[in-house]
Amino acid sequence: MPAVSELRMGRLLAPTLIAALVVATGVLLAIGGYDVGRAAEALVNGSVGSWYAIGSATLVRATPLILTGLAVALAFRAGVFNIGAEGQFLVGAAAAAAIALTLPKTPSLILILLALVVGAIAGAVWAWIAAVLRSRFHVLEVISTIMLNFVAAFLVSYLVRGPLQEPTHVYPQTESIVAAAQLPRFGPTTRLHLGFVLALLACAVAWWAVRYTAAGFRLRVVGANPSAARSAGKIDVDRVTTRVFLLSGALSGLAGAIEVCGVTYALYENISPGYGYTAIAVALLARLDPAAVIATGILFGALEAGAGAMQRDANVPSVVVSVIEAGIILALVAADRARAMRTRSAVA
Amino acid sequence: MSGGWSAFVEATVRTATPLGLAALGELVVERAGIINIGLEGVIIAGSFGALVGATHAGIAGGYAAATLCGVGVAFAFAIFAVWLRADQIITGTAVTLLGLGLAGTLYRAMYGASGAALTIPTSRALAIPILSRIPVVGAGLFDQPIVTYVFYLMTPCLWWWMYHTHAGLATRAVGESPSAAEAAGVRTNRVRLWSLLFGGAAGGLAGGTLVLAQAGTFAEGMSAGRGFIAIAIVVLGRWHPLGVGIAALVFGAASALQYVLQALGLNLPYQLFLAFPYLLTLVALAGVAGRVRAPAWLARVDEG
Repeated sequence: MPAVSELRMGRLLAPTLIAALVVATGVLLAIGGYDVGRAAEALVNGSVGSWYAIGSATLVRATPLILTGLAVALAFRAGVFNIGAEGQFLVGAAAAAAIALTLPKTPSLILILLALVVGAIAGAVWAWIAAVLRSRFHVLEVISTIMLNFVAAFLVSYLVRGPLQEPTHVYPQTESIVAAAQLPRFGPTTRLHLGFVLALLACAVAWWAVRYTAAGFRLRVVGANPSAARSAGKIDVDRVTTRVFLLSGALSGLAGAIEVCGVTYALYENISPGYGYTAIAVALLARLDPAAVIATGILFGALEAGAGAMQRDANVPSVVVSVIEAGIILALVAADRARAMRTRSAVA
Repeated sequence: MSGGWSAFVEATVRTATPLGLAALGELVVERAGIINIGLEGVIIAGSFGALVGATHAGIAGGYAAATLCGVGVAFAFAIFAVWLRADQIITGTAVTLLGLGLAGTLYRAMYGASGAALTIPTSRALAIPILSRIPVVGAGLFDQPIVTYVFYLMTPCLWWWMYHTHAGLATRAVGESPSAAEAAGVRTNRVRLWSLLFGGAAGGLAGGTLVLAQAGTFAEGMSAGRGFIAIAIVVLGRWHPLGVGIAALVFGAASALQYVLQALGLNLPYQLFLAFPYLLTLVALAGVAGRVRAPAWLARVDEG
């Protein structure tokens, strides 16, 4: 008999949870004394209300989310729970800033390439620590990557108050990087930069590679069933997971480098408003599909851009977005599980 | 140097108390075969609950509210992990995000507008007669807020409960082989649920400790990764109550070393000291994790 109730729940759970979430958030804001109508208006206007909002707010915000979301999606796909996109993003941003600040005389194309590549390498190195801890010392990567996120944040804090601090030593940030190191923008009136296209390209390549290459096949098999991959497929599971971990770190590091070269033009402590954590929701909502990450990344980019406007116009705390993100993850997990249970009880 | 030693012991216990409480709670959860990665969310919920409770009903009210909030978040996790048998890592990560987001939003909604830094009364240290007079370590160990004694007492109590009661045996059985436990008449899901709720209460109390016995105020993200460090301490303590209690104290001592190093006047960036507990966790896990045996069913999802 419990199967029947599970079956009913399954069909309704995800939409019910999401609807409940929206209502609950609204009620919460109303109780807090906020003007809910005004907040909703700001949310829409700030994200999709105008071409400027779409290009310069939503898509600019979406760029790091697409890249870190892709990083998380590939890792999770291979069964690597990389919660460390945040830290990898930070070291990537720091490395790119350091390159741009120390080699200002380099020709533009070379400087930009160098900054992005070094940023990606820095992210990969940061992920490599957790990869070694996992493969050689059996340390759960969820714990190690979170620890490394904290360490990366303190590292950035040290850099912008120490060796990379701006020359007057007043503000905890670097000076602006030279124009030659800045990613080109799509016109004088928009903040949208070339990094967005790079993010789309990365997703397209990853989508193709996961689907059509041997390496992509190994990634999927290891994620689906590591012991079968080892015994039946003669796949070196540790090697595959380590490589995926490095790739994931490189993508997150690249996201950080692009943020410095395309948006902030400087390094400072709170350069990431939690992109690496939002990335988990981006990846899960995309069902870990690299192509779908583009859509979910833009969705969350719009949500964050709108939340920023909501905080400015209606004074609503923008952390409310992480409640919505968590709710979406839980709703998806619940829907998946309910479906799995339904399938099983149908078979039985 | 006795003043320095006292300060060192005091710092050790100060760090160890919330971590130890949270880790002992997580220990019971993990012995029942579940890993609650959402412990971080449980702790911050406890901290926020402590703030609300203490502003309305005093310190005792603060601790009660902290415990309740921890239980509430753990119950949300239990719905997914026990009832829906969802992936515990993903669910736990979401629960952490949820706890941090809810606490931050509610804090800004309820107190943020005033702009004033809230201070609430902190629980006074309670000196234990005779023991607190022991030279060097006495004051640090036995002149502490009451939650520290809860941590001290919980360690042997849990050991006794886990190895000398039927409920403790049932919990361990569920974590090792749920099908065998089920066959022996243990209601596995009920055991998992109660373990999670206990872990939530302990984690909430840990969060309350940060506010009521230490900071005297709430700050967004003040749990600062303690949930994850506590999970690491369960590994370092080899999934044994006494081991976990000792591991929490050892971790506290190692992390109090930063004050000793600072006192030595070494010219190191202060961020290195701030990062120290996290680096310590990584190094400690690397040394221990591969060599200890986790409960056989940990983080596995049974299809029964």
